[in-house]
Amino acid sequence: MSETSTPPTGSTGGALADPAERRRLMSTVTPEPGAAKADSILKVDKITRQFGGITAVDVEHLEVQRGIITALIGPNGAGKTTFFNLITGFDKPTSAGHGAHWEFDGRSLNRTSASSVARSGMVRTFQLTKSLSRMTVMENMMLGAQGQAGESLAKALFRPFWASEEKQIEQKALELLERFKLHEKRTDFAGSLSGGQRKLLEMARALMSDPKMIMLDEPMAGVNPALTQSLLGHIQSLRDEGMTVLFVEHDMHVVRHISDWVVVMAEGRVVAEGAADSVMSNPAVIDAYLGAHHDTDLGDDELLEDSTMERLEHEVAEEQAEREEGKS
Amino acid sequence: MDDIQNILGAMMRVAIDPQTAAVAIAVIGLNIHFGYTGLLNIGQSAFMLLGAYGFAISITQGIPMFFAILIGLALALVFALVLGVPTLKLRGDYLAIVTISAAEIIRYVGRSVGIGWLTDLTKGAQGIPGSQYRAPFTNLSFFGDGNTTLLPFNYTDVAGGSVVVRLLGWVVVIALVVLLVRIARGKLALAGAARTGAMVGIVVVAALICLFLVPVTQRNTGANGLWFTAVAWTVVGLSVLLLLGLTRSPWGRALRGVREDEDAMRSLGKNVFAIKMQALVIGGLFGALGGMMYVLPATVQPDSMGRTLTFFCYTALLLGGAATIWGPVLGSLIFYVGRAFVIAVSQTYLQDGSSPIGFMSNQQTQQFAFIVVGVALMLLVIFRPQGILGDKRELRFNV
Repeated sequence: MSETSTPPTGSTGGALADPAERRRLMSTVTPEPGAAKADSILKVDKITRQFGGITAVDVEHLEVQRGIITALIGPNGAGKTTFFNLITGFDKPTSAGHGAHWEFDGRSLNRTSASSVARSGMVRTFQLTKSLSRMTVMENMMLGAQGQAGESLAKALFRPFWASEEKQIEQKALELLERFKLHEKRTDFAGSLSGGQRKLLEMARALMSDPKMIMLDEPMAGVNPALTQSLLGHIQSLRDEGMTVLFVEHDMHVVRHISDWVVVMAEGRVVAEGAADSVMSNPAVIDAYLGAHHDTDLGDDELLEDSTMERLEHEVAEEQAEREEGKS
Repeated sequence: MDDIQNILGAMMRVAIDPQTAAVAIAVIGLNIHFGYTGLLNIGQSAFMLLGAYGFAISITQGIPMFFAILIGLALALVFALVLGVPTLKLRGDYLAIVTISAAEIIRYVGRSVGIGWLTDLTKGAQGIPGSQYRAPFTNLSFFGDGNTTLLPFNYTDVAGGSVVVRLLGWVVVIALVVLLVRIARGKLALAGAARTGAMVGIVVVAALICLFLVPVTQRNTGANGLWFTAVAWTVVGLSVLLLLGLTRSPWGRALRGVREDEDAMRSLGKNVFAIKMQALVIGGLFGALGGMMYVLPATVQPDSMGRTLTFFCYTALLLGGAATIWGPVLGSLIFYVGRAFVIAVSQTYLQDGSSPIGFMSNQQTQQFAFIVVGVALMLLVIFRPQGILGDKRELRFNV
């Protein structure tokens, strides 16, 4: 326990900063749904969530390796966000009490409220951002710090109890805001930020507490390309410091670029796991989610030329023929 | 000019009235509930009534005043816990429903005559007369007997109280208010301590000039006298300081976070239920304190502390500006003084017998005042929805 309760810059941090080491570690994992990991920080067993007759999530077993970036991908309605809600305590599994079990860093989270999940070191962001609109960007950030003495009612009135801590938090918030290019907005209300800026703010706010694991729900949606680049770099450096990252993302370039491991969900189940390249060439994944032309750049002018369209149409026809052949 | 002087005198008496101060204290509590934490408490009058009952009954039973105050506060604390435990985990609307019904329950229990021992304590709908519990408080007064005029030096001492002096005084007061508004809006290059100092200075000078123009004579010690006024407004001052300290702390920041988005706060590891409960209790204690102050110069009469009083509190809060430090005090003052103005004007000019065009009875003038105040509030909500001291920036986005 003593080892697991150390901050993210703990023992596993140094080793996994090296990409070769990460590849070696993950190559020992069988790329199949529910594979066991060498050192899993999050373990999930038999979690189901039903909304009426619809099963949104039905995960038999899933482990998340500590210290790497894991991407969670899948079509819309696959249950990714519901799965996030379940493990962070924002929703309760239908299977609670019937074998559902999930633990974070050796600690069972079966009956843990959302706020204590966050306090135990697993902090999440939301797909639809939840910025605190009528508070300034700076105040948003400062709320991200956990365990503040000044937040207890008994000490609130006595500034000496929390004045120095407040300064440190402010300093840290400034550094993070600078990194996320939001420092010029610090005195503005969060409600006046654009959608992309709110995404950034929420991510920066989550990092205020130095979490062991951060769960990002579509962090790059609505963020401009240049900033996406720098954010990806930032996420990677967090990983190199030892933080575990689990994120949902629809942009396959992002997924391919930074994730060390990819988990694919469809219709509530984990249908595939593996390194980015192998998962993306998995026919089941292509069928369920990616589509045959996920690598084609739709913004490419080449597409407008007749010859290209002909070629693509030809490819599609060929595929169809193949499939029909397979069926018969 | 005499009529005008009478109207102004009536307004000034309301402005320094201890009951206005009492409502201001309760509104400070409501500000913590509604303004800062976003708790829709529609039963602030119940906190006031419980504080008043706890205080008055304890004293009629022979308990020392200090403990009587604690008992009043303890009742409000228990009430807050009882209301909060089942509702604060639910959506905000449930608290609204529960508080308004609980407030009615408290009022009905207070005025009921079914149970003998209870009626002996609460004296039913007639309530407990102030003379039965006021004595320990009055005895604390060190102001002695006799009368005092606020201000002893007033317009009657200058040029024989000529009209010119008074008109000049009002021009100066209006100029000061305009200056104050300009400073508050940041139109003058003042910042930090200089700005605060200038604003406080202007308020004090303007208040003194008002008292110079409209002197009020009060008994030193009797009910509603100078002693009551002084204590009530001192408590208001202390409450404002307390509010300032609490809301400028990280705790206050957490309150506003809960107001904005509970789920976001949960995702940051904050115990939202505990924060809301603390806010409900603290605001309720201010309510109870206000309630005690409210009944000291009057009686503990349950029907005078019902829904109407809660809505007066909300009106004052929205008028002054929710989630502001001085909003509750300014709002209470403007609300009660404004009402007194309309009542006094309609009694002077529109009541039969007192003026040639009079067509209202005395009771109708009171009702007329409510109509005018209501229309004024509608105009305020339309043209300045954030209240007088509120920050307009907050309205630019829907929350």
